[in-house]
Amino acid sequence: MALDAAERPVTLGAMEERQSRPSFRRPTTEGPVAKTILIALALGFLALFLVLPLVAVFIEAFRKGVGEFWGALGEPDTVAAIRLTLTVAAIAVPLNVVFGITAAWAIAKFEFKGKAFLTTLIDLPFSVSPVISGLVYVLLFGAGSFLGPWLKSHGIEILFAVPGIVLATVFVTFPFVARELIPLMQDQGTGDEEAAISLGASGWQAFWYVTLPNIKWGLLYGVLLCNARAMGEFGAVSVVSGHIRGLTNTMPLHIEILYNEYNFVAAFAVSTLLAGLALVTLVLKSFLEYRYGDEIAAAKKH
Amino acid sequence: MTTLAAASGWRFRRPSVIPGFGLTLGFTIAYLTLIVLIPLSGVAWRSSELGWPEFWALATDPRTVNALKISFGTSLIAALVNVVFGTIVAWVLVRYSFPGRRLVDAVVDLPFALPTAVAGISLAAIYAPNGWVGRWLGMVGIKAAFTPLGIVIALIFIGLPFVVRTVQPVMEEIDKEVEEAAATLGANRFQTIRSVILPGLAPALLTGFALALARAVGEYGSVIFIAGNIPYVSEIAPLLIVIRLEEFNYAGATAIAAIMLVISFLMLFLINLIQAWSRRRYGYGA
Repeated sequence: MALDAAERPVTLGAMEERQSRPSFRRPTTEGPVAKTILIALALGFLALFLVLPLVAVFIEAFRKGVGEFWGALGEPDTVAAIRLTLTVAAIAVPLNVVFGITAAWAIAKFEFKGKAFLTTLIDLPFSVSPVISGLVYVLLFGAGSFLGPWLKSHGIEILFAVPGIVLATVFVTFPFVARELIPLMQDQGTGDEEAAISLGASGWQAFWYVTLPNIKWGLLYGVLLCNARAMGEFGAVSVVSGHIRGLTNTMPLHIEILYNEYNFVAAFAVSTLLAGLALVTLVLKSFLEYRYGDEIAAAKKH
Repeated sequence: MTTLAAASGWRFRRPSVIPGFGLTLGFTIAYLTLIVLIPLSGVAWRSSELGWPEFWALATDPRTVNALKISFGTSLIAALVNVVFGTIVAWVLVRYSFPGRRLVDAVVDLPFALPTAVAGISLAAIYAPNGWVGRWLGMVGIKAAFTPLGIVIALIFIGLPFVVRTVQPVMEEIDKEVEEAAATLGANRFQTIRSVILPGLAPALLTGFALALARAVGEYGSVIFIAGNIPYVSEIAPLLIVIRLEEFNYAGATAIAAIMLVISFLMLFLINLIQAWSRRRYGYGA
């Protein structure tokens, strides 16, 4: 491609001549017209289908002014929904972080039979509809189930209570951390840990001082995605929650109730919080990809 | 020692000095079994309890059949639209430089980050007859919200990143020399794209299509607000599961769930096949 420029003696006159000529188009790219059309198509499509819904959330929320907006957010039921969402995420995300790290350790640091199958099983919740993710717990703990009567006689509430919501959220966000860490730790291999152990470190020390610093950005990336999904999950939680206002309503469920009551400003006001979370997630995610791209395996595979 | 172990034949795992295999694998399998495998097997268990005739009756119930048809039909259309525009978006992001390219790249992931319920009410507001876009569509006689078209719009939103993020890394790996060779052999740009670039992208496009389709079929939150949920017209299968559960018709809900699970596992299997084929044929695993 650059042959002509390199081999011709570059004199001032030649350069001037080259600049005044109509620019030469490489054979491996499209013409300016096609280029402009493609960029316009891509940007137009993204603006219409992706950006417009995001912008609409904020505009609808402030439709009746800032006062209404804050009023809607101050409602006791809304505050309860925010608190429940934070509680559920605070339980579900750490559980899946512990699972993700242990699963990645077992899968990435050792060679054993059935590894590929185990990895497929870990990804399973991604291919299950959110509604079915909730349904499985209704079938497991519900009135007609094997466990249902026993739970009832012991006064343990799982369905239509917080434990059910946590379980459904754990199910839905199950693969996030693990699938981020497994390829990353596989890429990193076992050399560092073997060196640490041959120098006398215990297994824990090798993990704490060698592995964890190696995977911290990948781990943060997985936590970020896991948390966004945990706080925003709707279908699975909707099935197991029972929709009791102020008690078992998470933010997405509260949005649904407000919307169905035609309380649009309040519904969109609560939505702005989740949309804000989504924006923060995207910014942090892009930053991590940009700054620590090498330390986040599979960053582009989502 | 290695020779001794090798002589012993079949081995579950290769020896290693790194500790913690038993603990981590044990915990992984226990947690996976408790959280995912036991609950999921409940669907199979409950379906088998129904017995074949009753299961068949529930599965062929006209409302169920219609809901499944609507779910798959709209998902198929949305996935096709996403393959076309997802490829264009990926191409523009990989090949062209323009101001704000990095921002546009980040925006593609928005559907992963924005909760489905938020997307749902927002799309419903935009495409409602008095909404920003719905108003204009109404002028040309198109009704988007509360019709199957609305479902397609929501599913396009949900599925786009799957196509872009599957195709984009493969596009980045395309060797420019192949295009130069095509050009020196006299192919014009269109011929190069059609006969040289697109065939190489085919496995990635197929995988992206299957991923978007699989996600769309199960989607619930972003669809129900814009769909209108009219039985036989715009009622999707996941919603029918919720309706059956609210009626305490667990058998009906389980039957639909079982059908959907079988189909999504088949699709998962298909995606794995495409990737294995792609690795053999093109040397990358889409």
